[in-house]
Amino acid sequence: MKPAPFRYHRARDVHGTTRLLAELGEDAKVIAGGQSLVAMMNFRLARPAHLVDIAPLRELDRLGTGPGGALRIGALTTHHTVETAPDAVLGAGFAVLRRAMGWIGHLPIRTRGTVGGSLAHADATAEWCLLAVTLGAELVATGPDGERRIPAGEFFLGPYTSVLGPAELLTEVVFPRPAPHAALTEFAERKGDFAIVSAVVDLDIEAGGVRGGRVGLGGVAPVPVRVPEAEAVLAAGGSFAACAAAAAAAADPPGDANGSAAYRRALVRSLVERACTEAAAGTAAGNATRKAVSR
Amino acid sequence: MTTPPPSADAAPGAAPPTGCELQLMVLDVNGEQHEVITEPRRTLVDVLRHDLRLTGTHVGCEHGICGACTVLLDGRPVRSCLMFAAQAEGAALRTVESLAPDGAPTEGPEEGPEAGAQAPPAPGDRLSDLQQAFRAHHALQCGFCTPGFLMLAEGFLAERPDPDEAEIREVVAANLCRCTGYQPLVAAIAQCAAARRAARENRSAQRKEL
Repeated sequence: MKPAPFRYHRARDVHGTTRLLAELGEDAKVIAGGQSLVAMMNFRLARPAHLVDIAPLRELDRLGTGPGGALRIGALTTHHTVETAPDAVLGAGFAVLRRAMGWIGHLPIRTRGTVGGSLAHADATAEWCLLAVTLGAELVATGPDGERRIPAGEFFLGPYTSVLGPAELLTEVVFPRPAPHAALTEFAERKGDFAIVSAVVDLDIEAGGVRGGRVGLGGVAPVPVRVPEAEAVLAAGGSFAACAAAAAAAADPPGDANGSAAYRRALVRSLVERACTEAAAGTAAGNATRKAVSR
Repeated sequence: MTTPPPSADAAPGAAPPTGCELQLMVLDVNGEQHEVITEPRRTLVDVLRHDLRLTGTHVGCEHGICGACTVLLDGRPVRSCLMFAAQAEGAALRTVESLAPDGAPTEGPEEGPEAGAQAPPAPGDRLSDLQQAFRAHHALQCGFCTPGFLMLAEGFLAERPDPDEAEIREVVAANLCRCTGYQPLVAAIAQCAAARRAARENRSAQRKEL
């Protein structure tokens, strides 16, 4: 199908964009890479009367370090830019982001799709949304009243719904600290499809042993969620299998055409254990797990 | 054709568009500048096919799944169904027509499309190296997906000139082909990469001799 008519506006600067959005009201939509929005418009699932193209705001296409080892990613940075970022920009501390990009669509999607667009779109199974929630990212939004910083855990309200106001523009996401022992994994019927369930594990490893960590799940709730029950197992020195079992027990996933609740719970168990193992790879804790598994 | 093209200054409070809202766009396609007056809701693939008559790019699913419409934007493969033509202003676009310059319908004074149809050139001599590799490996059957796969592979090889087989398999998963079973596509792309690598090594060896 073809999209419904709309009026096209090209952004010139961040503040002008928020002013324009405020004037246009609820019927306007921001377009960045458009890899979700244009598909929805082609199907007329979305029919915005006004489209504000923020691609000209090149200052939002940036990737760099911030204070305390933080990583700052401008909203217009593409998945492909992250995927191909040199070590100097995206050191070992954030290699998890580079590796996770392979799960997002396919190459021609990743060359256009943006980090900020994915977060603002707020798909419950999107990789960036899950990474942001699990790794404790902060989202920076500019509105008519200025800038505010929103913890990722408070940003998502439900499927395709976030706390962003109609006149607010997501400009940046900040990952506050390196996550050198983290991994994302997921399951979809075909590579590149939306995940049925996705998992991120970020381990705290000291002196070769796991001291704790964060466990996040996508596809089990209307928004990406942390799983405190599974994190408690890691903090108490439990095995990865026990952590995965706790995550599966705590998860209350929906059942739909893509999989029943029981199927999703089984996926949670498999994926959390796999993410733990991948996160620990190359460390003494990871080697111990590998030996245990091979025995 | 009477509506003036809207700009960022277009009265934002104005009523949402109801009918035909036209806009002037300048697109750089295969090294040529094209002026197009069309609706902003026109996707890039529709402008390429209907307005510029570059029908080599195919349109399939219109939601970014099949990849038949893949073109290069600033050298990188993109889905031309998942962007509006207006978004492509200022970028360098390449379509499948650019791969073999002789094959472009607007070029070659004594050999237009009609002449070409009457007296087909010797097989292969109007194809790029990548297209020749597709032909040699039977990497197409019905041909519907072929322009998308060619542009996907062209963009991929530009960035990864020495891919391993796993990388090629990963990248061809981006597009759908229902005829070949993908193995011939992987073989064709691998052979093209190997031939380009050999040519590069040859050139650098020759430079050393000089």
